[in-house]
Amino acid sequence: MDLTFSAEERAFEQEVRDFIAGSLTPEMKRATALTPSVFSDPDIGMAWQRALHKKGWGAPGWPVEHGGPDWTPAQRWIFEAECARAGVPNVNVMGVKMVGPVIIGFGSPEQQNFYLPRILSGEDYWCQGYSEPGSGSDLASLKTRAVRDGDDYVINGTKIWTTHAHHANRMFALVRTNDGERQQDGISFILIDMKTPGITTRPILTIGGDHEVNQVFFDDVRVPVANRVGEEGKGWTYGKYLLEFERGSGIASAKLREALKTITDLADSEVTGRAIEDPDIAIRMSEVEVDIDALEMTELRVLSALQTGQNPGAVSSLIKLRVSEIRQAVTRLGVDVIGQDGLAVEPARPFYRLNHEPAIPEELLPVVPEYLNGRAYTIFGGSSEIQRDIIAKMVLGL
Amino acid sequence: MDLTLSDEQRLLRESADRFVAETFSPEHRKKAANDPLGYSPAIWKQFAELGWLALPISEAHSGLGGGAIEIGLLMEAFGRGLVSEPFLSTVVIGAALVAERGSEAQKQAILPDVAEGKLTLAFAHSERAARFDLAHVDTTAGKTADGWRLNGSKIAVLDGAAADQIIVSARIANANGASGKLGLFLVPAGTPGLTLRDYARLGGGRGCNLDLKDVQLPADALLGDGSDTLPAIETVVDRAMAALGAEAVGIMQTLLDTTLEYTKIRKQFGRPLSANQVIRHRLADMAMQVDEARSMALRAALMANAEPVARSRAASGAKAKIGKCARFVAEQAVQLHGAMGVTEELDIGAYFKRLLAFDTLFGNSAHHYRRHAALSGRAHA
Repeated sequence: MDLTFSAEERAFEQEVRDFIAGSLTPEMKRATALTPSVFSDPDIGMAWQRALHKKGWGAPGWPVEHGGPDWTPAQRWIFEAECARAGVPNVNVMGVKMVGPVIIGFGSPEQQNFYLPRILSGEDYWCQGYSEPGSGSDLASLKTRAVRDGDDYVINGTKIWTTHAHHANRMFALVRTNDGERQQDGISFILIDMKTPGITTRPILTIGGDHEVNQVFFDDVRVPVANRVGEEGKGWTYGKYLLEFERGSGIASAKLREALKTITDLADSEVTGRAIEDPDIAIRMSEVEVDIDALEMTELRVLSALQTGQNPGAVSSLIKLRVSEIRQAVTRLGVDVIGQDGLAVEPARPFYRLNHEPAIPEELLPVVPEYLNGRAYTIFGGSSEIQRDIIAKMVLGL
Repeated sequence: MDLTLSDEQRLLRESADRFVAETFSPEHRKKAANDPLGYSPAIWKQFAELGWLALPISEAHSGLGGGAIEIGLLMEAFGRGLVSEPFLSTVVIGAALVAERGSEAQKQAILPDVAEGKLTLAFAHSERAARFDLAHVDTTAGKTADGWRLNGSKIAVLDGAAADQIIVSARIANANGASGKLGLFLVPAGTPGLTLRDYARLGGGRGCNLDLKDVQLPADALLGDGSDTLPAIETVVDRAMAALGAEAVGIMQTLLDTTLEYTKIRKQFGRPLSANQVIRHRLADMAMQVDEARSMALRAALMANAEPVARSRAASGAKAKIGKCARFVAEQAVQLHGAMGVTEELDIGAYFKRLLAFDTLFGNSAHHYRRHAALSGRAHA
């Protein structure tokens, strides 16, 4: 057992560093640091995606024949860790990490040839149509309906919490095509052009003051049947596959460590009146750091198992729960570190392109919005309560 | 980067798991609890035959040259069986102090005997006034014409009464009588002036408090050359905490497994306890904390030979985090067993108490979060 990387892996690490040094502009870095929502805005995120694509690193998890770089699990770890350390933009995951793998796994050759290159290059910008007002954690109860009419489906209904729907030109959605015996039956996986007549988008502001999510309405929206991925009625299976695709390869600890470092640097400066000298803050920083250490070790255990061709097993299902809780602990610590400067609300966005001098130092602007928006971490992607249900069932066999 | 076990490590784990499962039954534990020695010399001999006592000792001193990972594998198995043999005192701490500090002659005199199971050791360091501060030692060692004279009191000496030799820490008096560097002294059992108040230790095994009144020792009782021994103590205690963390993981895993089984069998209101979401979620949290503890124990073991600050941060982080997880898992295990959990009729209580002892040994969770913060340069912690 050892924690060190091989000489080849070290060389790769250097290659990643060199790439980042040559591609990450100061503007991208500043914009990322000053963005309090989950994902960078498309102009920042897609600029980074294009740089990655140019290098051949646009889709680390994809098979080589579709443009993946054929990295080992250790290389993916190194890449993610270096990106986190450098503070690269948070590219919206809906394209490369979400719909891409489903199209690769279940799409027709025509769909693969059309969509995959456009995802890689950043030409297409995707959003995800899963949740509905009546279907949150109980996703399979979704009601948006697609009725077959000749070579089209006619879609009626609504999707909610749709991240970046206001930026996206495409949506992948789960829609009901039949009423099966189980609610999971009769769901299909459909690719929708956002410019199709009948689609309207309503912004939803989060409590942090950010416009990241939306509600999308479908009013007799006609989508070609050719836009269905895989078989009709099998959408639930594909959707679940998508959720599992990232399992075991998610690397969150490096980003969390960087977020804690940002807060620690603020606490260790005159900007916060040297908050780090408050023993309560100092000890909570250690508590969070140790939690990140534990998470990192768990991620490395999963990585090591993947690397040696073993199934990491149930341990990976524990990770989502911890990541979301630790993120919230970091953001809460941030609020306590900046103290009374947290009172100042800056409603304008983005923080990196304000037309006026903010009331508080620029680097403090995202702290409270990050905490407020961050309450969603234990809710989206399956709430913590759902995760505990999954652990009880899948890990404990209950 | 490889966190998988080697074939040898896998064999070690399998043999330890098997031996512990076959040997350390609840009946055995009850017998050991009433044993004035606190453990079985016959089993200790088997440990020697299995090579476990030689495991971390260097090959030059008749050992096997194993490291913290191997120790962790053994300790996790020992945790599952609540083993009370003085492995930590003799091998993980005692032999390691001799290896770190001893002269070649001292190593040759002690380590091969430890490896063969012929010699047991204990470490007398903690003092009442020190709480968890490793640097705080009031016990003194004065130079005499032909050796040393020790005076002071020690508490929480693990397995002291059973030890053939006790390694005692003391301040070495300067020529002007002021206290100076920290030294370690080998004190044979039964040395005049040594008084032991032996007790049954919380969670199994024995412990004692120790008074030293004008204890006369020969010149070669001092381990090493008289330079300050605090760094060596910190090294060995950091590694001992990693080992104890692995033991705690074994204990916690057993508590989780036992509680899980119980909630499937126990029926209330016409259905198993585990059918209730509040119970399922509690068990999920227990499982998560056991896994976090496992990661931290492994991390501390992998960092056991890192430079001192990194090693100590990893050890304190592990001790703090595992202590927190251990308290949660232990308390929930009792809670979910209902009233039976607070009786001596189930094993749960014994495991619970062993984890309570774990938390306080070498400093509790709060102490180690503070130490971690201080080591991280967060000065006022």
